[in-house]
Amino acid sequence: MTDSKYFTTTKKGEIFELKAELNSDKKEKKKEAVKKVIASMTVGKDVSALFPDVVNCMQTDNLELKKLVYLYLMNYAKSQPDMAIMAVNTFVKDCEDPNPLIRALAVRTMGCIRVDKITEYLCEPLRKCLKDEDPYVRKTAAVCVAKLHDINAQLVEDQGFLDTLKDLISDSNPMVVANAVAALSEIAESHPSSNLLDLNPQSINKLLTALNECTEWGQIFILDCLANYTPKDDREAQSICERVTPRLSHANSAVVLSAVKVLMKFMEMLSKDLDYYGTLLKKLAPPLVTLLSAEPELQYVALRNINLIVQKRPEILKHEMKVFFVKYNDPIYVKLEKLDIMIRLASQANIAQVLAELKEYATEVDVDFVRKAVRAIGRCAIKVEQSAERCVSTLLDLIQTKVNYVVQEAIVVIKDIFRKYPNKYESVIATLCENLDSLDEPEARAAMIWIVGEYAERIDNADELLESFLEGFHDESTQVQLQLLTAIVKLFLKKPTETQELVQQVLSLATQDSDNPDLRDRGYIYWRLLSTDPVAAKEVVLAEKPLISEETDLIEPTLLDELICYIGTLASVYHKPPSAFVEGGRGVVHKSLPPRTASSESTESPETAPAGAPPGEQLDVIPTQGDLLGDLLNLDLGPPVSGPPLATSSVQMGAVDLLGGGLDSLMGDEPEGIGAPNFVAPPAATVPANLGAPMGSGLSDLFDLTSGVGTLSGSYVAPKAVWLPAMKAKGLEISGTFTRQVGSISMDLQLTNKALQVMTDFAIQFNRNSFGLAPAAPLQVHAPLSPNQTVEISLPLNTVGSVMKMEPLNNLQVAVKNNIDVFYFSTLYPLHILFVEDGKMDRQMFLATWKDIPNENEAQFQIRDCPLNAEAVSSRLQSSNIFTVAKRNVEGQDMLYQSLKLTNGIWVLAELRVQPGNPSFTDLELSLKCRAPEVSQHVYQAYETILKN
Amino acid sequence: MIHSLFLINSSGDIFLEKHWKSVVSRSVCDYFFEAQERATEAENVPPVIPTPHHYLLSVYRHKIFFVAVVQTEVPPLFVIEFLHRVVDTFQDYFGVCSEPVIKDNVVVVYEVLEEMLDNGFPLATESNILKELIKPPTILRTVVNTITGSTNVGDQLPTGQLSVVPWRRTGVKYTNNEAYFDVIEEIDAIIDKSGSTITAEIQGVIDACVKLTGMPDLTLSFMNPRLLDDVSFHPCVRFKRWESERILSFIPPDGNFRLLSYHVSAQNLVAIPVYVKHSISFRDSSSLGRFEITVGPKQTMGKTIEGVTVTSQMPKGVLNMSLTPSQGTHTFDPVTKVGD
Repeated sequence: MTDSKYFTTTKKGEIFELKAELNSDKKEKKKEAVKKVIASMTVGKDVSALFPDVVNCMQTDNLELKKLVYLYLMNYAKSQPDMAIMAVNTFVKDCEDPNPLIRALAVRTMGCIRVDKITEYLCEPLRKCLKDEDPYVRKTAAVCVAKLHDINAQLVEDQGFLDTLKDLISDSNPMVVANAVAALSEIAESHPSSNLLDLNPQSINKLLTALNECTEWGQIFILDCLANYTPKDDREAQSICERVTPRLSHANSAVVLSAVKVLMKFMEMLSKDLDYYGTLLKKLAPPLVTLLSAEPELQYVALRNINLIVQKRPEILKHEMKVFFVKYNDPIYVKLEKLDIMIRLASQANIAQVLAELKEYATEVDVDFVRKAVRAIGRCAIKVEQSAERCVSTLLDLIQTKVNYVVQEAIVVIKDIFRKYPNKYESVIATLCENLDSLDEPEARAAMIWIVGEYAERIDNADELLESFLEGFHDESTQVQLQLLTAIVKLFLKKPTETQELVQQVLSLATQDSDNPDLRDRGYIYWRLLSTDPVAAKEVVLAEKPLISEETDLIEPTLLDELICYIGTLASVYHKPPSAFVEGGRGVVHKSLPPRTASSESTESPETAPAGAPPGEQLDVIPTQGDLLGDLLNLDLGPPVSGPPLATSSVQMGAVDLLGGGLDSLMGDEPEGIGAPNFVAPPAATVPANLGAPMGSGLSDLFDLTSGVGTLSGSYVAPKAVWLPAMKAKGLEISGTFTRQVGSISMDLQLTNKALQVMTDFAIQFNRNSFGLAPAAPLQVHAPLSPNQTVEISLPLNTVGSVMKMEPLNNLQVAVKNNIDVFYFSTLYPLHILFVEDGKMDRQMFLATWKDIPNENEAQFQIRDCPLNAEAVSSRLQSSNIFTVAKRNVEGQDMLYQSLKLTNGIWVLAELRVQPGNPSFTDLELSLKCRAPEVSQHVYQAYETILKN
Repeated sequence: MIHSLFLINSSGDIFLEKHWKSVVSRSVCDYFFEAQERATEAENVPPVIPTPHHYLLSVYRHKIFFVAVVQTEVPPLFVIEFLHRVVDTFQDYFGVCSEPVIKDNVVVVYEVLEEMLDNGFPLATESNILKELIKPPTILRTVVNTITGSTNVGDQLPTGQLSVVPWRRTGVKYTNNEAYFDVIEEIDAIIDKSGSTITAEIQGVIDACVKLTGMPDLTLSFMNPRLLDDVSFHPCVRFKRWESERILSFIPPDGNFRLLSYHVSAQNLVAIPVYVKHSISFRDSSSLGRFEITVGPKQTMGKTIEGVTVTSQMPKGVLNMSLTPSQGTHTFDPVTKVGD
């Protein structure tokens, strides 16, 4: 007797029949009827019409029947909200049941009924259950809070459930802790700003204790939560790592991967000299290898993550090449991923093995896989120089097989090999030319034409070959047409005598008969070049091209670091940050790797280059994004032409003008007055970067060795803050601060290149601002900024620029330009950089001025928690050019009278009340008087900054 | 967390759906069907499929696709592991996991799924505990239930669930106390054309069937524990003791369970018990060819080799083949081009 009988009644009056059975007196019959209803529900039939009849069966002692009714309720309550109220009483009663199983079941089911009216009744029982004596009920209730939050977030906050949930993190039962963490994580996900999971060393300790005892799923939640914590120093990081390491031996692969995430993240904080660091690296390898013997779906996710790990720390798996060898029965998605990792791990030591494998793969049956394998051989050649020759001969062997798609793919990669090792393997060209006729894919044809054009002088019949392509010019794809045009021009420049006719033909085809604007434009440029100055044409078209490198397929370092924080999640599968794909952009918090801490900083030099690329070696990379200047002169496959120096400098000047003009038109010609500035910076950048921790500041801290040492002389210097995150500026990260030393203001900038291409041609410009701040000298970045390099620049400023009142007053809008683009950001400067050295007023004058300024211009402020006495205050302020004119003692309180002058001549007078010797009362009271009252607020902020740092 | 689960058979019918949060329309599976069509073979359907609002994570077991729907950023391994657990549980409950069996037991399946997840959070996934909550159907119990009107739903909180040994229930009694351990090793090797081993690794598991009274505390030690490269344990194994003494010490769950799985990597020399040789030749004139495989024993240390199966994937171009084994039976499936 099986449940399949429940499906058999598909007659006309089915619902009617069920109704009758549900209302039957016999318990057995009722139960059977409910089962039938459930069975229909599972296959997606609509049985909601039976709602009242099913709910009537709810009041029963039979647990199975109760459960079945609950199942039904969860599915249909939403469609019958009024009816669902009928069930409330039973729920409330069940929440008081002596049997914990029933209590838990009731609270669990109630949370699943997504009807607003019910949730109100849920609050009281839920509160009781959260404090229930039975941990099973507590852990169920914890999850219920998350459910309720999903339905009505406001209600949960108002009822204080979040605090109760936070208390559960300290529960004695590990399962309760795990569920509380899971619930909080889920709530926090929809409220990224709220600081729900406030992690501190104590709570971390509790989590780590619970980690050992809770279920595998609980361990995943706790580990994911731990990964969001940033330990305060390397010692703490190490101790957490030590306690997490045993999780690597768990049978559940999700636990293993979450543990790997925690370790990878915290490892960032450990010094590489530490023995423990090495031990940890060794411990990470075996579990990752074991993941690869799991089911294919798990393998796939694991491989995507290993791909990230290998890029970040290639040393972990460098000896494990063999486990990535493809098995004949792997699903195709696993095969392709394995191939990718094999290339990343390829090195001189194992290249022979890898090549032998790849060659086997190239004779497989699956076309996609074969293509990728052939491509992989090419990538190996580019990556491991010593192996290039071997790779080329392997590719030639493959071309001999005459399998069409293998040949085409091989030609595409051989083109790349030529780009990396020019003039080295031309001997193979003859073989390639033999296969000319079999090429039918545009990419392969384009590659072949490029090769012919590039080596035209060494191919006797180059003109014939190209001419043969020219016949069907209009049928070719754009890619091939462009290549053909360039190749023929190259040929002409190399062998001008016999190819004049050919070049005429292609130019007229491209310019007169083509609808494609790119093709036409390129045609015209060549035509103009050739007709005006053939010598220049030769210099431009045949200029030496930069070499390509294998780094092109790497993930950008900033993105990689972010993705490392997301190991084991969907983000790591897609290799995209969650902000790029998570539904509705629910303000995803950017995660960043923790910085190395102070104790290890001294011994550790900041990582300047990714492992695998020797530091200092400049990597030329095919620019992937639109390259502003490059595109103009881009005559070839993509690399910008490095023309003669004269040309470059004129281009550079043009670019500076471009910036100036752009800015002027953006913000200049507007009539001044009340109108708000028209210059709109990207919205996120206008957030004052020095207030609150900016996103991604962790990494900049890594390089920030100067912070905190700037206070030696001159006024207070705030630590550098990130003004322009790399994400917003195509890889350029700018952080900085303002300083004032002996009368001169400067802006200390730190530029970091987090892109994969070299940055040059830096320039900076300020928008008009309240105090006329302007750069006193151009931005001098002497050498091009190579990837991962950081430079520190101090830019002197003066206050003679044009003035426009900004809101807020100390807002400064900056435009920075480099060879990639122009970027805008805005920052707030502290007002004390504008306090001049001759700001001391004499007593009489002070008194007179104080009286003179009307009382409504006086502003009162409090500086809280500043346990300094009058002398300390006064000397500290003096170093920032706030001068104490007089001092008075009134009723045990010190009154300081102070003056300061801004660069534009505005005087500010201050009365500061200090209560010395009273440790319980450490607030300072500040009264400011000034003829321009709008500065008071900012002067107060300056006071606060100076006194508190 | 996990939103919904759809079970889809190989002909593309959704035969069961379960929602743990709000109901997700089954039209979301259309994206899955699209991917399935593109993949041509069931095994090649990518395990993670993005759709505009959801993500579909699927596993393919016993000719059934288990498709989980998630809406937020969750660890995909967590979902996939959970799906595997669902399959294992079904198998444990009903002996086999197949469409007719699931349909026959749809109410139990539904109850079990409800116990396994709450709001997308795993609740009880240990089959020991589940079986206390929802008793597996047996013919005897069905008969008894029909007569007495009792149910197959346990009405007491499973005792083990919150104790320090959540995997074992209390009060177990046996008249015959016995424990069996099976060591199963799988050698994974790639052998090149000339017959030399490119890589070989061992994936091993120790499955146990323990039927002992009370709360037994067991220890198990190995002759040469160094051989094991990476081990992963059942939660019952005390990790500290293994770290320090290389001894397995544990209170076992009741019944069948996997005690540990281990990995012996390619760096250790793995002896392969068989050798494989092949030769392939094509006749120039016709489209026929000859493919010979020889398999023989090697380094068996006195043990006999049994149940040898040779599986060969043929390229799509192969229309048919005539097989002549020197021993045993053979099959050839012209659709998948797999010869056994």
